Amino acid sequence: MPKDHGIGASSKRREDVRFLTGTGNYTDDINARGQAYVHFLRSDVAHGRITNIDTAAASEMPGVVRIFTGADFEGIGSIPCGWQVTDRFGEVMHEPPHPVLAQGKVRHVGDPIAAIVADSLAEARDAAEAIELDIEELPAVVNMKDALKDGAPKVHDDLPGNLCYDWGFVEENREAVDKAIKEAAHVTTLELVNNRLVANPMEPRVALGEYNRANDESTLYTTSQNPHVIRLLMGAFVLGIPEHKLRVVAPDVGGGFGTKIFHYAEEAFCTFAARQLARPVKWTSTRSEAFMSDAHGRDHVTKIELALDKDNNFVALRTDTLANMGAYLSTFAPSVPTWLHGTLMAGNYKTPLIYVNVRAVFTNTVPVDAYRGAGRPEATYQLERVVDKAARELGVDPIALRRQNFITEFPYQTPVAVEYDTGDYPATMDKLEEIADIAGFAARRKESEAKGRLRGLGVNCYIEACGIAPSNLVGQLGARAGLYESATVRVNATGSISVMTGSHSHGQGHETAFPQVVAEMLGIPEDQIDIVHGDTARTPMGMGTYGSRSLAVGGSAMVRATEKVINKAKKIASHLMEASEADIELKDGQFTVAGTDKSVAWGDVTLAAYVPHNYPLEDIEPGLEETAFYDPSNFTYPSGAYACEVELDPETGRVTIERFSAADDFGNVINPMIVSGQVHGGIAQGVGQALMEGCVYDENGQLLSASYMDYAMPRADDVPFYSVDHSCVTPCTHNPLGVKGCGEAGAIGSPPAVINAVVDAMQSGGHDVTHIDMPASPSRVWAAMNG
Amino acid sequence: MAKVQMTVNGKSVSGEVEGRTLLVEFIRGKLELTGTHIGCDTSQCGACLVHVNGQAVKSCTMFAAEAEGAEVTTIEGITGKDGSLTAVQQAFQDYHGLQCGFCTPGMVMSATALLKDNPKPSEAEIREYLKGNICRCTGYHNIVKAIMAASGQDVGAIAAE
Repeated sequence: MPKDHGIGASSKRREDVRFLTGTGNYTDDINARGQAYVHFLRSDVAHGRITNIDTAAASEMPGVVRIFTGADFEGIGSIPCGWQVTDRFGEVMHEPPHPVLAQGKVRHVGDPIAAIVADSLAEARDAAEAIELDIEELPAVVNMKDALKDGAPKVHDDLPGNLCYDWGFVEENREAVDKAIKEAAHVTTLELVNNRLVANPMEPRVALGEYNRANDESTLYTTSQNPHVIRLLMGAFVLGIPEHKLRVVAPDVGGGFGTKIFHYAEEAFCTFAARQLARPVKWTSTRSEAFMSDAHGRDHVTKIELALDKDNNFVALRTDTLANMGAYLSTFAPSVPTWLHGTLMAGNYKTPLIYVNVRAVFTNTVPVDAYRGAGRPEATYQLERVVDKAARELGVDPIALRRQNFITEFPYQTPVAVEYDTGDYPATMDKLEEIADIAGFAARRKESEAKGRLRGLGVNCYIEACGIAPSNLVGQLGARAGLYESATVRVNATGSISVMTGSHSHGQGHETAFPQVVAEMLGIPEDQIDIVHGDTARTPMGMGTYGSRSLAVGGSAMVRATEKVINKAKKIASHLMEASEADIELKDGQFTVAGTDKSVAWGDVTLAAYVPHNYPLEDIEPGLEETAFYDPSNFTYPSGAYACEVELDPETGRVTIERFSAADDFGNVINPMIVSGQVHGGIAQGVGQALMEGCVYDENGQLLSASYMDYAMPRADDVPFYSVDHSCVTPCTHNPLGVKGCGEAGAIGSPPAVINAVVDAMQSGGHDVTHIDMPASPSRVWAAMNG
Repeated sequence: MAKVQMTVNGKSVSGEVEGRTLLVEFIRGKLELTGTHIGCDTSQCGACLVHVNGQAVKSCTMFAAEAEGAEVTTIEGITGKDGSLTAVQQAFQDYHGLQCGFCTPGMVMSATALLKDNPKPSEAEIREYLKGNICRCTGYHNIVKAIMAASGQDVGAIAAE
C-alpha cells in the first residue's frame, strides 16, 4: 500500500486551494497606498549611441511624477555578476559594467533608456511617447562567429573585443585528447545548435518598491526565486542599502524556471525610485517586455567529436562551443557554459579522456543565463546526439552502444572533475525499455507507415548535477556566493511548527512536501507544520531555489534543524520522565523511556519548553527553536533514460509526439505525485525546445519573436500523456534524505530523445539525414528531407 | 471617463472607466478581484479567462465598457458559499493539475465552460479546447487528466500520478 502521509506519500498540495479559488498573492496582486507606476522606455535598436535625450516636454505631461535617465544613476552601482570565470590562460573573464539605465550606449533591443514614473501606467506610457530621443545606430553583432572576427563591431567599447572568456576544461587533458582522437578507430563528428529559448514563466516579472522615511527602510516585492540573493546583490552592490534596512519579499511566484533567479535592473530601479520619491513605485512587465528583458537561455553552437576504439568503446571526447552571453553578464551567466556544462560531459559513460573548450561571446542581444537545466541540457544534447550518430555510423543498436559504455561502478571519478556517488544506469534503461515498450515499436512503425506516416524512435540517457556545492569548492571555481541553505524550525508552545526556509517555492509544492519530511521525523500530522518562505524578514539568510537544489540542500538544512529540535526535546522529555536522556525514544509523536511504559506526548514537551515550570533550567534554555545551515559535500547526480516516439508526415514535415517515456533515478522520493508533475513539465519544455521554440533575431539584432504570436509555446494539443517512472532508486550517499533533485531532469533529458526520434523517422523513409537542428519545425524537417 | 455597470459574481458593481480600460483591468484594478491574471498582451495565454453571460471570454479581449449590463463570473465566483470547491477545482487538486498556480484560474474557468457544453469530452477534445490556455509548469498531463476525472471518466489507466 502506498503511504498516506509522511515521506513517500502523494499528499495533496495544500497551496492548491488558494490558487484554485483566485486567492493567491502574486506580486502584481499587491498594491501599496499611493503607489506610482513606472514604464521603461526601451531601445528599439540593437546597438547605438544615445546622442540626445530630452525629457522636458514629457515631464510636463499629465500625471508624470518624474522621469529618470542614465544620468540619474551616475555613481550608482552596476548590476553585478555573481560568477567570475578564469580562462585557459589564467586570465579572468572580461566583465563590462551593466548600468540600471543605459549610459551613453544601448546594446540590445529592450535595453532600458529612461524610466517614466507617473500616477497611472497609462500616463507613464503616454509620456514616454513625448521623450525626445536620438540614437545614432551602430552596426550590431548578432551571430557569435561574426562577433569574434577581427574588426567586428564591439558591444563594449572598452573591451579588446567581444570575447568574454576562452575556457578549457580540463586544460591538462587537451593534448592527450587530441592524440586519442587522432589515433582512434572511429571518430563521429557533429555540429549542432542549442537554440536560444525564453523561459516564459506564465507570470511576468513585477517589482514594487516601497520606502519608509520614518525608519529609513526599503521594501521590495519582487517575482524572485531567491529573495535573499536579491537583497544581497542589490543592497550591497547596486544601491548601497545595508541588509537591516532592506527587506525583499517574493510572495507567490508564478513559475521561474531560472529566469527569476537573477537580479534585474527593474528591481533596483523601483527600490531606488521609491527612496527618491518617498512613494511606492510599481513595475509590471508586459509579455512583450519580458521577451526583451528576461534573461534568455541556451544559445550554444557546438562541434563535438566522439572517438571510439575498434570494439566501440568510447575513448575520447572533444567539444568546441561558442556560448552567447548577450550584451551584458547576467547574474550567473558565466557559470552556465562552463562549470554547469563542462563537468557534465562524461554523461553516463566511462569515456576516459575529455576536453571541453568554451568561448563566451558578447553580442547585441538580451543577456543569456540559466534556464531550466542550465548547461546540463546543452551537455546532454551534444553527447546524446553524437552517441546516437555514432551508433548509426557504426551500424550498431543505439541502446546497446550506450549500455556497453555505461559507468557501472560507483563512486565514479569522471575526467571532468566531478565524482558521481551513486547511480544504476542499466536499471533505468531496463525500466525504460519496459515502460516505453521498445519491443513493440516495430509494430507501431508498421501501423504508422500504413497511414503514410514515418515513425521514429529516439532514446537517450542523461546525467544531472543538482545542488551545486560545496561552497569552498565553488568559490575556487569563481562563485561569488556561498551555496548552502538554511532552515529554522520553530516549534510553538502547543506543538505546531513553522519552518522558515531559505528555499523558495514557485510551483514545486514545498509547502506540502517539506512538512512531509518533518512530520515523518517527529511522528506528528503534516497539518501541524507550516512552511514560511520568500521573505527576508521572516527567513534566515538562504540562497533560494534553482538547480534542483531545494530538497537536496534546503531539505537537508531542515532535517538538520529538526534533528537539533529532537535532541533538545529529548533532553526535556528525559527531565519530565526522570529518565536518562540516552533511553528516550521518539515515535509517533510520543517520547518513551526504552523498556518501560513511561511516555510523554510531543505537545507536553513543547509546552514545557515554553512554560518551563518543571524544566531543567540549569542545564538547558527554555524554548524550542533551532536553525541549521547545510553546505553539501558534493553535487547530487540524478540520472535516467528517456524515449520518444514521433510520427512524421512526409507531405508537410510536421512531427507529432506519439509517446514519451521517462525512467528516472531521483534517489529517495518524498512526494511521488509532485515529482511526476515536475517531470511532466520538464518534458513539455524539452519538447518545446526540440520542435517549436526558438528566439529569433534578424541580422540587425531586431528581436523577431517578442510575443506569443511569434514564439511558439507548447499547447495542450502539442503533447501526449507521458509515461514517467521513478522506481529506480539509488539514494544519494551524502545528504541525510538520500534525495537527488527532480526539477530539471525532464528538460535535460527530453530534447535529444525527440531529435533522435526525428532523425530515425527521416532515415526510416530513406532520407540520408544525419542531423537536424532544433526546433525541428515542419519547414526545417520538410527541407531536410527534400533539400 | 464613462460609467459602467455590470454584475460580477452575482453582485452589481459599477465604476468610472476610460474607453481604453480592458475588462481584465477593471476586474483586477477597480474590483480588486486579483484571481484573474494577465500573462500576455496578445490574447494568447488565457490566464485572464472569465465567463461573460455564460460564455468563456479572455477578459483582455474586451473593453470594460463593452461589458455594460453583462453577467460576469470570475474564478472568485465559482466556489460554493461554504467555500467548497467545484468538481473541476477539486479534480485539479486531486490530480495535481497545477503547480505555480498562475494559469490556473484561466484553466479552471476554461475547463468549466468546456464541461458545460460537452459534459464528457474526450482527451482530444480537451486538448483542442485548451489550446487557448498556456501552462508552462504541468506539461498539461495532469490538467487533461483532471478535467477527464471531473467529468466522471475513469482516469485510472492514464500513466503515473
